[in-house]
Amino acid sequence: MKALPVLSLLLCVCSVFFVGIYLFVGGFLLVRLEVNRTSTCGDVLQPGGGEPSAAAAADFCRARPRFRRAVLLVVDALRIDFARFDARNAAPRPHENKLPVLQEAAAARPAHGRLFPFRADPPTTTMQRIKGFTTGSLPTFVDVGNNFASSAILEDNLIHQFGQAGKRVVFMGDDTWESLFPKKFHRSLPFPSFNVKDLHTVDNGILQHLYTTMMGGDWDVLVAHFLGVDHCGHRFGPDHPAMADKLTQMDGVIRAVIDRLQNDTLLVVMGDHGMTDTGDHGGESHKETDAALFLYSPAPLFPGPPSQSEPDVVPQTDLVPSLALLLGVPIPYSSVGQVLLPLFPPHGQTDGAVGGLSQLEALWINAKQVNRFLETYSGMAKDIPPENLSQLKDEFSRLSSEYLATVGEGRPPSPELAASLQAYLTSVRDTCRATWARFNPLKMAAGLVILAFACLTCFILSELSLTLIREDGRGLKGPVVTALAAAVCVAAGQLLTQGYVEVAWCLAAAALSSELLFLWTAYRSRVTAVSKNGSKALKFASWLTPRQLLTPPLLVPLLRCASLLSDSYVIAEGRVVTFLLFSLALYIPFHLNWDGLLLPPSHDPLKSAGLLPSPHLSPSTVRKESGTLLGCVGLLIGSLYLSLSFHGCREEQGACQPSPFLSPLSRLQDSQLKNLHYVLSVFSLGVWTYLLRRCLRHYGNLNSSGGAVFVARWILPLLSVCLGLHWAVSATPEDSFRNLAELISLAQLSLPRAAFCLLGLGLFLIWLDPLTVFIKTRAAASARNSALPPPRYRASTGISPQAELHHLIPQIYQRMRRSLDDGGSSGELSGAGEVDSRPAVEAYGLGTVYSAPLLLFCGLLGIGLLLLHPEGMALSFLLLLLEMGALLHIHASSTTLKGLHGTYSGGFKVPWAPIVMWALAATQFFHATGHLPTFPSIQWGAAFVGFPDGHTGTILPASLVTLNTFASHILFAVACPLLLLWPLVCEVRGSRGGGGRAACGDEGEDAVMEMRLRENPQLFSSALLQLSTRYLFIHGAQVFASVSAAAILRRHLMVWKVFAPKLMFEASGFLVSSVSLLIGVTLVLRVDVAVGRWFKRIIPDVAR
Amino acid sequence: MWDHEIKAMASAHAIIAAAVFMATVLPGAVVRGFSVCGTHLLWLYSVSGAVAAVSVAVFWLLGITRPTKKHTLGYKLSARFQQPHQLRSRLSRLFRSCVYFFLSCLFFHTVVVLYGAPLIESALETFSLAVLLTSLTTLRCLCVLGPNVQAWIRVFSRHGAMSVWDTCLQITVVCTVVGAWVGAFPIPLDWDRPWQVWPVSCSLGATIGFLTGLVAAPAWIHYHRKQLTYKCK
Repeated sequence: MKALPVLSLLLCVCSVFFVGIYLFVGGFLLVRLEVNRTSTCGDVLQPGGGEPSAAAAADFCRARPRFRRAVLLVVDALRIDFARFDARNAAPRPHENKLPVLQEAAAARPAHGRLFPFRADPPTTTMQRIKGFTTGSLPTFVDVGNNFASSAILEDNLIHQFGQAGKRVVFMGDDTWESLFPKKFHRSLPFPSFNVKDLHTVDNGILQHLYTTMMGGDWDVLVAHFLGVDHCGHRFGPDHPAMADKLTQMDGVIRAVIDRLQNDTLLVVMGDHGMTDTGDHGGESHKETDAALFLYSPAPLFPGPPSQSEPDVVPQTDLVPSLALLLGVPIPYSSVGQVLLPLFPPHGQTDGAVGGLSQLEALWINAKQVNRFLETYSGMAKDIPPENLSQLKDEFSRLSSEYLATVGEGRPPSPELAASLQAYLTSVRDTCRATWARFNPLKMAAGLVILAFACLTCFILSELSLTLIREDGRGLKGPVVTALAAAVCVAAGQLLTQGYVEVAWCLAAAALSSELLFLWTAYRSRVTAVSKNGSKALKFASWLTPRQLLTPPLLVPLLRCASLLSDSYVIAEGRVVTFLLFSLALYIPFHLNWDGLLLPPSHDPLKSAGLLPSPHLSPSTVRKESGTLLGCVGLLIGSLYLSLSFHGCREEQGACQPSPFLSPLSRLQDSQLKNLHYVLSVFSLGVWTYLLRRCLRHYGNLNSSGGAVFVARWILPLLSVCLGLHWAVSATPEDSFRNLAELISLAQLSLPRAAFCLLGLGLFLIWLDPLTVFIKTRAAASARNSALPPPRYRASTGISPQAELHHLIPQIYQRMRRSLDDGGSSGELSGAGEVDSRPAVEAYGLGTVYSAPLLLFCGLLGIGLLLLHPEGMALSFLLLLLEMGALLHIHASSTTLKGLHGTYSGGFKVPWAPIVMWALAATQFFHATGHLPTFPSIQWGAAFVGFPDGHTGTILPASLVTLNTFASHILFAVACPLLLLWPLVCEVRGSRGGGGRAACGDEGEDAVMEMRLRENPQLFSSALLQLSTRYLFIHGAQVFASVSAAAILRRHLMVWKVFAPKLMFEASGFLVSSVSLLIGVTLVLRVDVAVGRWFKRIIPDVAR
Repeated sequence: MWDHEIKAMASAHAIIAAAVFMATVLPGAVVRGFSVCGTHLLWLYSVSGAVAAVSVAVFWLLGITRPTKKHTLGYKLSARFQQPHQLRSRLSRLFRSCVYFFLSCLFFHTVVVLYGAPLIESALETFSLAVLLTSLTTLRCLCVLGPNVQAWIRVFSRHGAMSVWDTCLQITVVCTVVGAWVGAFPIPLDWDRPWQVWPVSCSLGATIGFLTGLVAAPAWIHYHRKQLTYKCK
């Protein structure tokens, strides 16, 4: 067994995948930390004003606000060219010239209203945009706040500030607002926004209430969010008569609102984003980002004429500080916008406007606020480049000293000061935007390429595993060295040209170069093999013919990957995977039947006369194996069907009821139902434990006194008891046992923690002492022994079916003259001269020495993961175990059937079909344990199991939630090597005789069951490597597919709702799976080492 | 090699395909508002009825039905001596075929439900699909092989086909089943088309697959007639 090449190859493949994912995600998902501080009227911004009296006063809310009330009309997807009016345009398209009111108002009273292009930041989706123009920040896809679970905005925002200032905010329209600002509104009339095809519900709902609300005095800020234009765009596109109707309707609305405005009221008409010519949005093209902003008031709003320092484009963030200062509330803490200067009078003209701030004062307050935010943020996160940060800080201190000097001396400020303050604010925003809100297409492309090549590498690696193991991992050195060299080169190049090193690109260069070198080597070796001899070429070339690749077992993962490109299929993913798994499960018996392997060969006289009567073909064996196979297919199908009832529901699935087993027991009201659920859960837990022990006992692995056996005997049942008690305690209603309250809270704390400790202890013990072999020495100087020359391994009578019935597979392990290293080459060398009157050694459970600890490990881990789930999921976990067993038996039986008919090709190769099913089952049970690839569906309760009072750090809860979310990925990946071991465990005696080894009739010559793996360490290593790489390939291909979906469909309406979360879940699932797979493989290798030591210990003992 | 049989097969298939076509078109003249999607169950039953009737008639006329060996012996004996015995044997075969037909409907129903069809809500639709699938696949097996499950299982193996008709059976049955399987793909898509409603797409898929099979089987056999060898012919 060569442990090192297997592990290092796997590690390399995994790390290449990780690099690809890291690069893509780095370019696609932009992460920003939320600063959860809020501004208040009393804040004193540093550095304070020059004169002591002013310094004592706060900066915000200093002057009397210019407006008491505001009406905010948000017209979703109101692109700037929808709002413009061009009288010369004789033949306007449906979306042109439909809003003449804006032009009329602006032209008639230029000091009262003005239209600006309003540029949104990507991602241009409604929720992110609402966040953007209320917080003044640049929301990214992932805003890491302290509360993942709800979508509510926790950052400081305008709505919050209005509430603080005592303004009554009335909202009507898109119900997204309601989820973003729960309980923040004085009054709210949300309408459902989900159905894109519905153009009128939201708008008509608003119109019913808008005018009456405006006429009534019960409001200070009125927000109305119209969705019709956006939905019309999604449904028909902008060039459709329906769009004209919709815009004309909006024109009427704006007219009516303007007519009802009072002097102290500000009207803001704005689009949150634009749309492309097909009506979509989400990306960063100008058509998507450029919306319209129209500001109007019956009182003069713009002190100066329009020409003066007019901004050609107003960034969306700039609305926030402007509105805040106009309405006299503090600027939200994390706003990075700058005030709209045309709204404020120039210095010295403040007396004209009522108590307003001058341009310079407004800018100064704004700059101080932005500087405060920048300092706070850079103290929390390190993602802003340090040199930019220090530059900005220097700039600010220079400006502040200049400003303070100017104000202190009382001289009129130079216009340059205002300009440089503006420049400062702009550069802060640009820095933040560069950090947070831009796709990085280069990184995305690099990630895609690396992932594509990684999949290819993985596939080729799995096909060439034997060659790679033979040459002892020498093929690995080249790529690794190249990778290092490439990384160093890129790092040096970056240092020389840019002065700093970006780690992502070094990693990219390393991964790409090593992949390319590996592929080139593989290609060249194939070419040379072709030139050398034909037969070998056939073997090498066989994996590239389309006929080999287009078999159903590979077609199914292809379909699965293709399904990731459509949002409907991602939404219905749980069912899609079950459908595919079911199809593959049906395919296996049909395929076996097609090959004529399912039934014993017919008694056709012609046929049996012509063919060799195979010695291994007894019809009863075939029938028994086929029966097992069909039974297991039935079991698999049954558990697949039942597992469908444990699914959760996405919000997109309208008429879907989440599984009743998903809610924790303590939430159930009906006590009878509660008891029933509890009994069911405990029953499944018991069956889980029983099945595991039963299996181990059956193969004789419960006899010795090692660590693993101790775990199986004591820790496993104890853990289940702990879990059952924990469920009981957590399900008790809080008020039922008042006098036992303390005890219950203690139990709630201690039971899960005890379970965690037991789990850790159990896993550790298995790792420490994984052997489950029981040795019985007996004086065996029997006549038979001395008569026969001792075979190397001798399985005597014990292996017969009768002994199996007695729950034991004793294997008599006799002889052993020399050490294993000598005997490894061939058994025939064993000299006949060694006459023995020595004791024989009987080893129980040697046949399952590899699979027993792995099985135990998985079982223990499964109970541990179950602890993190709601109680009802115990049933689903039981189904998982049954399905795993069914899959293993299907694989084992079909292998045996192939072996019985002599078509088995030798080696321990695991074919694609079981691996594909294994990988699909991992995804299937991801759904069947109530998980979904969306953020709201993460089961946060897992973080509080054993920690009911919460945590102090973030690592522990994060890892608990990860374990909960990817429980099935972990279990299936850890148990993956069982696919290799199980056919050996279930092998029928003598079935492999026709394979590589000579079938000389004496079955005692053969090593049995998993000892055959020790016989062929090279084949064992290569099969293990092949199995792992194939499993990784399927998961990697899924990651690649979802990455491509996110890259191709980044302008799709559903990208932030469906594809991006799917990508995150798929990528983290891959991460978890690969780590667990490595753990499983390492465990097998650890057992191998232990078995080697055990043999060494036994042999001299016997020899003496 | 089997030119005669291929010609017979092609013409039989043409007749069956025509029956499917007529079953789609003709009821429109009788029933007001008949359409494939709108009155789907009606269409479904008309197609399955037509296919069933026509294939039974065609295969009976062609005399393809191959009794098993035991039956042949009994058949010959009874043909020679006992007229009533032959009748009884025929009746029993007919009865068993009907039972098999019904069992096959139940089998397809179960498989379709396991595949994820709603269990209770649209049980009638699901069962109708099962009837369609049965009349497109099982009925053909019954016609060609007789009510003999062993033979059916044998036919679907690599060397199991014993005549051109067996090969043809393999192709059409696999095409139909794969068609129905592929027909399930568009159901989750959010296109809101009338043919996405359960079980329209599946039954359409099955029918299209069946028609493809009808075309493909003679063509495939024609092009591979050199390679085809049958053990007992």
